[in-house]
Amino acid sequence: MPTLKKSAPSLGFVATQALAAVALAAVALGAAMLPIVPAVAAEPVRIGEINSYTGLPAFTVPYRQGWQLAVEEINAAGGVLGGRPLEVISRDDGAKPGDAVRIASELVAAEKVALLAGTFFSHIGLAVGDFAQHNKILFVAAEPLSDSLTWSKGNRYTFRLRPSNYMQCAMLVEEAAKLPARRWATVAPNYEYGQSATGWFKTLLKERKPGTSFVGEQWPTQGKLEAGTTVQALAALEPDALFNATFAADLAKMVREGTQRGLFEGRTVVSLLTGEPEYLDPLKDEAPVGWIVTGYPWDQITTPEHRVFLEAYRRRFGEPPRLGSVVGYTTFKAIAAALEKAESTATERLVEAFEGLEVMSPFGAIRFRAIDHQSTMGAYVGRIAVKDGRGTMVDWRYADGADYLPADDIVRTLRPAP
Amino acid sequence: MSMAHLVVQLLSGLAAGSVLFLIASGLSIIFGVTRIVNFAHGSFTMLGAYLTIDLIGRLPDGGFGFWAAVGLAALVAGGLGVLLERLVLRRLYRSPELFPLLATFGVVLIVQDAALALWGPEDLLGPRAPGLTGTVLVLGLRFPVYDLFLIALGPVVLGLLRLVFHGTGWGTRVRAATEDPEMAAALGIDQHRLFTGVLFLGSALAGLGGALQVPREAITLQMDMATVIEAFVVVVIGGMGSLGGAFVAALLIGVLQAFGILAFPRIALVLVFLVMAVVLMLRPNGLFGRAEPAAGSHQALSQGSFAPPGPLARLVGGIALGLLALVPLAANDYSLIVLTEIFILALFAASLHFLLAVGGMVSFGHAAFFGLGAYGAALAVTGLDAAMLPALALAPLAAGLGAALVGALCVRLGGVYLAMLTLAFAQILWSIVFQWSSVTGGDNGLLGIWPEPWASGRAAYYWLTLVLCAGAMLGLRRLVAAPFGYALRASRDSALRAAAVGLPVDRLRWLAFALAGALAGLAGGLQAFAKGSVFPALLAVPTSVDGLVMVLLGGLEALSGPLVGAAVFHGLETEAMRGTGHWRLLLGAVILAMVLVCPSGLSGVVGRVAARLTGSARRP
Amino acid sequence: MTLLVVEGLSKRFGAMVAVDRVGFTLAAGEMLALIGPNGAGKTTCFNLLNGQLRPDAGRVTLEGVSLVGLTPRRIWRLGVGRTFQVPAAFASMTACENLQVVLLSHHRRAFRVWRSTRSWYAADALALLERVGVAHVADQRCGTLAYGDLKRVELALALAGRPRLLLMDEPTAGMAPADRQALIALTRALVRERGLAAVFIEHDMDVVFGHADRIIVLDHGRILADGSPAAVRDDAQVRAVYLGTSPGGRGQ
Repeated sequence: MPTLKKSAPSLGFVATQALAAVALAAVALGAAMLPIVPAVAAEPVRIGEINSYTGLPAFTVPYRQGWQLAVEEINAAGGVLGGRPLEVISRDDGAKPGDAVRIASELVAAEKVALLAGTFFSHIGLAVGDFAQHNKILFVAAEPLSDSLTWSKGNRYTFRLRPSNYMQCAMLVEEAAKLPARRWATVAPNYEYGQSATGWFKTLLKERKPGTSFVGEQWPTQGKLEAGTTVQALAALEPDALFNATFAADLAKMVREGTQRGLFEGRTVVSLLTGEPEYLDPLKDEAPVGWIVTGYPWDQITTPEHRVFLEAYRRRFGEPPRLGSVVGYTTFKAIAAALEKAESTATERLVEAFEGLEVMSPFGAIRFRAIDHQSTMGAYVGRIAVKDGRGTMVDWRYADGADYLPADDIVRTLRPAP
Repeated sequence: MSMAHLVVQLLSGLAAGSVLFLIASGLSIIFGVTRIVNFAHGSFTMLGAYLTIDLIGRLPDGGFGFWAAVGLAALVAGGLGVLLERLVLRRLYRSPELFPLLATFGVVLIVQDAALALWGPEDLLGPRAPGLTGTVLVLGLRFPVYDLFLIALGPVVLGLLRLVFHGTGWGTRVRAATEDPEMAAALGIDQHRLFTGVLFLGSALAGLGGALQVPREAITLQMDMATVIEAFVVVVIGGMGSLGGAFVAALLIGVLQAFGILAFPRIALVLVFLVMAVVLMLRPNGLFGRAEPAAGSHQALSQGSFAPPGPLARLVGGIALGLLALVPLAANDYSLIVLTEIFILALFAASLHFLLAVGGMVSFGHAAFFGLGAYGAALAVTGLDAAMLPALALAPLAAGLGAALVGALCVRLGGVYLAMLTLAFAQILWSIVFQWSSVTGGDNGLLGIWPEPWASGRAAYYWLTLVLCAGAMLGLRRLVAAPFGYALRASRDSALRAAAVGLPVDRLRWLAFALAGALAGLAGGLQAFAKGSVFPALLAVPTSVDGLVMVLLGGLEALSGPLVGAAVFHGLETEAMRGTGHWRLLLGAVILAMVLVCPSGLSGVVGRVAARLTGSARRP
Repeated sequence: MTLLVVEGLSKRFGAMVAVDRVGFTLAAGEMLALIGPNGAGKTTCFNLLNGQLRPDAGRVTLEGVSLVGLTPRRIWRLGVGRTFQVPAAFASMTACENLQVVLLSHHRRAFRVWRSTRSWYAADALALLERVGVAHVADQRCGTLAYGDLKRVELALALAGRPRLLLMDEPTAGMAPADRQALIALTRALVRERGLAAVFIEHDMDVVFGHADRIIVLDHGRILADGSPAAVRDDAQVRAVYLGTSPGGRGQ
């Protein structure tokens, strides 16, 4: 009679379980042995920095060079808080918000950073901002554009440097309203950035110029715009003018296809971000002449503060700055200024210091507003031209961010009660 | 809208479809002969495009330089295809279909890093095609000559391929191998040489497709995945291995896309996947595909018997669990966070492992249910003001319901078709979450999903996660050993026999699918509260791939595999992200190494070593 | 007592008629051999009887209950057990577990989720294995069993559903001659003992003529002959087309 018992407990079984235990223990131990920083008087001020370095190197590498320059300048000038150098612990978030949050915990719990900074993508900025609120740690968002970062999801611990979606749309609307165009069509990538930009542009333009009509819209998938059909669909609407929020590769193919098919002839295009070197340079001599854009004409700005920055940046890295470089540079200059103003690394003191903080940027003086934690950094608005085989901006002006924000009583309704 | 606009829109759609066909035809040929789902196909398309731009810069200006660059790029892509066949695929023709699929995914990751190193991160805009830069008037509207060229190229390539397959000895052998691999082998056709040739042809077509995109679009590092997924959809809709099917499907997608965006501008994101889902539900083998023979050339994914643990294993497991419960007394906050994440990933991987290894169903969209759980919990908090525990209870419920729906539509399919249909549904769900900003927050996600005060401490949440994940995984283990688990395994071992002894195979598979979805959903719910926020990325393809890698890493044949896989994977990922910028390269290499060197995973390796050390082999 | 009635059973695949107006009856306790050259439609007949294929025309009733259009599962529940040409036991399970699964299915307990399978119907499973003479491999995985043992496990699996009709597709294929005789003798004893009826497809003429009560000869989907072994042996038509009187014919 054979037994029903199974063969002896298989070794593989025990072994895998043991292996699992060992693996878990190793992770726990590894994490536990992270350096604990001793509290010494002249120790550096540690700043945790998170960005999508591997996910978006074209944008984040200039940004990194920007903050590196700022940190070098600050430390060469004797650091902050009476001689303490800045030490930046920089991490890649792999373009994943979940990883960004884990890294934020690691920076706070294990690296004992005084504050967090960085991020490019809106959703990652929002995730880290939410983490900052939950864990009561200061977060200076550098690049994310989403309005919700300072408005609907705004919180006490999150500040943002770059002009928001709303602000850049408001700058463009001012120009768009001067055009004779009445019938508008829009094209934007189908996600929050594109949706909110299109939404604001429509609302603000109708407010400013009643009688404007929007005759149709296209919502290509980000990164997968099918240029021929999208261009043709826009042309079929026969609008007087176009609003565009696509960028990068989508923009490039739309410009090429649209130019060939005559979409832009006799129509003005108002376009978000297109003047930023990050997006303009890859278009080379095919940059769409005459488009009204926000951007950064780095080679033409002659203000002393910009000239100093430009020279220092080129000396250090041997290449011209991108917009990201200015953002990275200014973010850390602002952090240093806040540390000095707060005379402390304590979070609550830093938050108070940031509210109303005035700091000099390559674009001129800016202020972090106490009301919504948005900085007043602006953008350059102008038209695209092609010179020497590459795109550039002409007829540009600096639009100060302070002039393109809603009235305070409106802003108060946009933010959750503290 | 005028007639002229409609006609030009149709032509634009046909041009887009034509390019899609070039790429998809190569994929279809490769699948037809090798039965391998080749993710690296998109990488060859991307490389074809980058190489073209690169070569144009090195060759003399003008028409000759441009077209020579296009031809050379296609040849190089073909050569890389040969390399892929010789070095990787050749070793995997007999392994379960998941393995070559994952191996080629590993190649994708490696190529991405290589392309980044070679050509830099910026998008590249190549020159237009000399001689074809102009436009012609079609009913008074301008239409690019280059698009006309593309429209003509599609049928020409189809014709040439038909000529090759029907007019040459080599083509006849390829067709024989496509229709009946075993017969072809029996007839003495040298499979290795045939496969090498097919990989060359298919990859060269991918390269050509990429090269011909240069005059139309900017070339980016994201081009590979975007292309390959769309090409898959085309191949699946057309019927795998059917060239004519791929042609019809590509044009269909091109044209549907063109008119779809006129009527519903927001549909671009989901349209192709909707079409695929509908076609597969109506015609499970695609428009022109034939039913696969029940016993394909691939092995079953798992032969695992998952015997219940003996006393020693229970003891070790119990002690390990006890030690884990004590960790918060000694460890710092950060290690608790990492361990919490590992438990969550382990549960996610365990649910996928259950589906793959016990149920024999390869899902390429399991993240959909992880994400559904996370969003279910998050929406309960933000929308219904639910407390944490009810929200956590809702997570598996929402995901299980979603999985039950999806499962009802796809469990009767097998093998690659099931994998592709789950992928399609995951993409559709992802698109909904991504676009429906007013409810899901779109790509900005939902924020503020933090645990209630009693569980908000790192240790408290750690314990909560440990209890729920360990409980779910032990329950799963119990289920596998119970009649349901055996009946499911019976369906996996032989669906025919299972049905012949009265087992309701489809119902068993469906319930298993729903259960796996529910458990993934529980993991998702825990993830939402661990991170405080949820994002569409939770449902996206990379998350599904992470799950598959964890399962594979841990080994399919042991129930503790997912735990090992999750711990090692997460450890590697966090360390690699801290240390290097080459996470993709590393992950790709790990995947290749696992598939090629130790397909039984870490648990298999350790099991063998342990058996050898103690000198006592298992009973036969 | 008539158990199975088949009338005018037909199935075509495209232009080819695989089964052409086949009709016969079967009584309890009877052993019926189904023979014919390859491609004669024998296995297709089985697939029609157990519901894997749906007939284009014809009636099949088991004790007055029509089987046409029912799923294999339903037909199995009505008492039709089947063994396969290529043994299709569940390879990852032991012989004993294989039987337990079938018994669980038979008793409608396959969806139990808590109690370990080990504790379900173990004694019944062992008894069945013992009855077919392979109790000694009860704890071996079916994927590793010797062919002859596997064929016996197949038989036990078919019996586990308490069938009244057994459909056996080449039950002895691939076995040594002595084992073949033993297996069919065992089947014969079981049929008597349990009052079953059995239909088996077989190519070994020693087995067929030694053990069948009745023989049906199929050719090109049609019944060529139906009668006792002696009658079939003497049928001139059968001899001509099938039994290999002409060398190099299609006979096995």
